[in-house]
Amino acid sequence: MATVQVSEAEKVYILHGIRDDLRVDGRGCEDYRHMEVETDVVSNTDGSAKVTLGHTAVLVGIKAEIGKPRPLIPNEGYLEFFVDCSANATPEFEGRGGEELGTELSNILYKVFNNEHSLDLRSLCISPGEHCWVLYVDVLLLQCDGNLYDAISIAIKAALFNTKIPRVHISSDDEGGKEIELSDDPYDCMRVNVSCIVTLCKIGHRHVVDATLQEKACSVASLIISVTHKGVITCTRKVGRGSLDPESICEMTEAGRRVGKALHSPLIKLLQQEESLGKKRQKVGFLG
Amino acid sequence: MAVDMRLPTVIKAMSLSVSAADRKDMVVPGDVITSDTGFMRGHGTYVDEDKLTASVAGEVQRVDKLICVRPLKTRFNGEVGDVVVGRITEVQQKRWKVETNSRLDSVLLLSSVNLPGGELRRRSAEDELTMREYLQEGDLISAEVQSVFSDGALSLHTRSLKYGKLGQGVLVQLSPSLIKRQKTHFHNLPCGASIILGNNGFVWLYPTPGQQEEEAGGFYTSLEPVSLSDREVISRLRNCLLALAAHKVLLYDTSVLYCYESSLQHQNQNRLHWPTWCLQGNGLVLHARSVQTLKVNR
Repeated sequence: MATVQVSEAEKVYILHGIRDDLRVDGRGCEDYRHMEVETDVVSNTDGSAKVTLGHTAVLVGIKAEIGKPRPLIPNEGYLEFFVDCSANATPEFEGRGGEELGTELSNILYKVFNNEHSLDLRSLCISPGEHCWVLYVDVLLLQCDGNLYDAISIAIKAALFNTKIPRVHISSDDEGGKEIELSDDPYDCMRVNVSCIVTLCKIGHRHVVDATLQEKACSVASLIISVTHKGVITCTRKVGRGSLDPESICEMTEAGRRVGKALHSPLIKLLQQEESLGKKRQKVGFLG
Repeated sequence: MAVDMRLPTVIKAMSLSVSAADRKDMVVPGDVITSDTGFMRGHGTYVDEDKLTASVAGEVQRVDKLICVRPLKTRFNGEVGDVVVGRITEVQQKRWKVETNSRLDSVLLLSSVNLPGGELRRRSAEDELTMREYLQEGDLISAEVQSVFSDGALSLHTRSLKYGKLGQGVLVQLSPSLIKRQKTHFHNLPCGASIILGNNGFVWLYPTPGQQEEEAGGFYTSLEPVSLSDREVISRLRNCLLALAAHKVLLYDTSVLYCYESSLQHQNQNRLHWPTWCLQGNGLVLHARSVQTLKVNR
């Protein structure tokens, strides 16, 4: 991860600020930075989204293809992730520098999303054991300023909202084989609804949502929680070199559930508003 | 607990009514400056088929027969006497390497810092071994440029009580071309915080020190908690600086103060509104006001 150096006095200032619930940029401990979401930015994908969270920018593209389901789970579809840390974000990612971070991110994304509670994988099944929808999710990190997991999960949720997967009818033809027909009606499609990831960093005795790189440098450990819109926690992971007290894990989990549950409705409302603009929407893209 | 989500909007280009005499000669890389062969080419230009062409984006400066292009967005090119805020990256034998947003790391020699107690003596081997006790990797300092080495690296010094190690506060990193050159770069703003506008684009915001701490000379960093009201002022100033930088307004104490005063209208109804106000756009009002003050000062 791109790191910044912080002096001892700056760390003390940040710690005392978080203790008083006033961070360096004026936010409270559970406030997110300004977020901008735009969908349908990449034309040759089935669904795409670009999310800017403060100075962190993430681009997600989704391609839906019909493939063979996994042998152990024949009646579910699945998602394949690939995270590319672009050298645009920081010179440390040049060449193979970003590979380590990329594999770490995609491993966690696999854990979170290939879980029946995070999203309904059975709806991606076409015929058990033979055909299912495979969603190839490509994540591109454009700018890195902390809190990558949250930005990536919001972008994946927005891109999946933008991806309309057509309904499939299976008919058996004359020779006994199965034929797959995609529905011709452009409105006969389904959408996948997923959970969101909330990262909580432990700084001092309190925890903080949406930490910047300076705040990350002052924290010892973080908790990554995946929460659905109903407030169900589907996946938890601890990252970082420090240790966490079991009591603080409980506190952080409760806070993560609260914050994660409140993240879904404004996002869905914004995406529906964007969709309702239709052709009138002014596409900003990358050169705005 | 608040989440602020919006659809992105295209930032409209502001057009200020500037007279033709005031309008500077701006070029982009590849623009032909002149086809006259009588001129000498300076920095930022090259000759392409007998035509003088610009290689950087900036304004054209002409001194008699010498034409050069001064870029608008560039690394810090220090001159003697500039005040800089830098971060220590390495501790070497008899010197520290300081990162100052220039092409090469600047150098702070051991002989260029003040020893505790204000002693004037030759630096001994023991001083070399205890360098890390004074300045470590990651520490922030304010210093002045003493000289420029032949390869372009800057040599800094902190031989005055106002320079030295910086204590608690917030660092904002901006472009060096946005900082106006002034007589003094250390300001105690009337809103309750102090600011150091480093020429290299690094701006340091800190709570105004009390009377007794001014004699310390940078050796004693207070780790006492800063009061909540001071913190609010510093956070607001930080957001104002980022807003001014996003709208390319020249930074000096008056412009920062005007921005702070106009931001006071957006009080704490919802704290989250300050950053979004800043990034969304009172840019036109601020720019107009700054242009007005510049005209008044002429």
